[in-house]
Amino acid sequence: MKKIGKQTIQFDTPPTILDCASIVGPKEAQGPLAKYFDQTLDDEFWGEKTWEKAESKIIKETVNTLISKSGIAIDEIDCCFAGDLLNQCISSSFGLRELNVPFFGVFGACSTFVESMSLGAICTESFAEHVLCATSSHFCSAEKQFRFPLELGNQRPPTSQWTVTGAGSCILSKSGQGPFITTITPGKIIDMGIKDGNNMGAAMAPAFADTLVTHFLDTGRNPSYYDAIISGDLGYIGKEIVIDILASQGYNIKSNYNDCGVLIFDKAKQDTHAGGSGCGCCGSVFSGYFFKQLQEKKIKKMLLIATGALMNSTSSQQGETIPGIAHAISIEL
Amino acid sequence: MDIDWAQVFSWMPLLKCFIVGGLICIVGQILIDKTKLTPARILVIFVTTGAILGGLGIYQYLVDFAGAGATVPLTGFGYNLAKGAIEGVKEMGIIGAFTGGVKAAAGGIAAAIFFGYLASLISKPKMKKQ
Amino acid sequence: MGTNKNPLETKEGYQNYVDQKSPNSPIWKNCFNAFWVGGLICTIGQIISNICKQRGFDIATSGTIVSIILIGIAAFLTGLNIFNKIGKFAGAGSLVPITGFANSIVSPAMEYKSEGYVMGVGGKMFTVAGPVLVFGISASILIGIIYMIFNTQSITLV
Repeated sequence: MKKIGKQTIQFDTPPTILDCASIVGPKEAQGPLAKYFDQTLDDEFWGEKTWEKAESKIIKETVNTLISKSGIAIDEIDCCFAGDLLNQCISSSFGLRELNVPFFGVFGACSTFVESMSLGAICTESFAEHVLCATSSHFCSAEKQFRFPLELGNQRPPTSQWTVTGAGSCILSKSGQGPFITTITPGKIIDMGIKDGNNMGAAMAPAFADTLVTHFLDTGRNPSYYDAIISGDLGYIGKEIVIDILASQGYNIKSNYNDCGVLIFDKAKQDTHAGGSGCGCCGSVFSGYFFKQLQEKKIKKMLLIATGALMNSTSSQQGETIPGIAHAISIEL
Repeated sequence: MDIDWAQVFSWMPLLKCFIVGGLICIVGQILIDKTKLTPARILVIFVTTGAILGGLGIYQYLVDFAGAGATVPLTGFGYNLAKGAIEGVKEMGIIGAFTGGVKAAAGGIAAAIFFGYLASLISKPKMKKQ
Repeated sequence: MGTNKNPLETKEGYQNYVDQKSPNSPIWKNCFNAFWVGGLICTIGQIISNICKQRGFDIATSGTIVSIILIGIAAFLTGLNIFNKIGKFAGAGSLVPITGFANSIVSPAMEYKSEGYVMGVGGKMFTVAGPVLVFGISASILIGIIYMIFNTQSITLV
């Protein structure tokens, strides 16, 4: 493992993404990616009494599905990185409290999935044989915590994003047949002064652009190196913005760039405004859709950049701006 | 006592009410779409504006003209509070300023609390389908 | 290289760029829906008020009855998970009338039921509507006091 360029980490023995699993809620099940997820739910409560319990159950069952699918015994997993959007990451810690695996709770807002994978990958280069990474989000628990009660008759502005109900998880292994995590470009916190909590895409886009350009400069790669450059959840507006920003810096990413938040819902039919968001968005779309594309060799080289808005409801009430973050990992066969 | 339905549905007062009520809502809609204010802030703006206009005696003209078109929107709630406080002062001086407003609006406030509690007993939030 | 201007040069520049990139709400459609739904709610109130008058109630009592009935209807529709759909369609049309006030009390009561009846329902009931009462009641008290001061100096305000 060594540092190349300004802030990119390159692996000597790139860890393998051994397997992935994902579970999503009913709205995501009506979206275009429905068939790629391991399980889709009919009901947001999933038999639980509260949204928070339901979210914990989603991440718990996603991890259980993953473990039984991968054939790795629980005691072979050396540690686990997990996170979510609820205060103090209770979905992950409550959901995984019976797992009996050393646990690191991580928070990077919607960038948590790639943050967990980055940290997990670094562990496989030293002590760990197998590392588990998981993230979740739930529309209803997130609305309750960050916005308004579900039954409030308010209108969502067209720039707002829809928090994905779902979870994604993966197991990283020291040795394996790929797909390999070859490099990591951890992002810096970038704040361009956006205050509108209903326009997260615009708040996170500068961080995405910074990480992506840094990744290109550090590795000497260019956009055409990758079959797919995928952002976590910038949504439609963020997607348009980063295409513009990258073009202004001399990179054309129009043809191979897309966004998990754009892919997971059908904008015309599902009325999700600017697209999906949340830790579960990037997590479930990568674990469900992109991992299968990699396995089937339809995508051979991809750059996954999860973006996060590092704010909470107190900071936005106090009129603070929204700092953004973006972490990138390159995944190659 | 028989109800004179022709009087109840006499169209001119209803039309005035419809138009004035609708116009007040349009003001709210413009605030929502143009200013990114949250619903709570918009309700506060309406109730305070209503109270001030009520205190100045201006809102009374709108109430006389449009009836429920002016009293049903939250500006009317503010007007009602202000009117109650002024009447309270007339009746019993400074104490009336404190009791009059809430007294006038007591029915609405109590109903909202009671029905809110009732709804929470029997109903559960559900995911927005859209 | 770099044919377009970089939107990230300054924070102000980026904000302007974002404003121009972000779609606006369909304001004409929203206003139209707000107008007729809001107008209709007020008209229902007027009809109730007319009936009350025929029954011999005075104006103040009629107004209270109208408020209670509209609040009851809004609470009922919120409990049936219908009010949020009306609100999404009508925007300020259902928010600005007293129905919106009712909905903003009932919806957190339902949402926070999971935290118990005392601290959840009881404590969080006014998270959205609380400011309305704080500002409304405070304003009314101030107005009462100001009215009293002006009146004792025999300047008629109302």
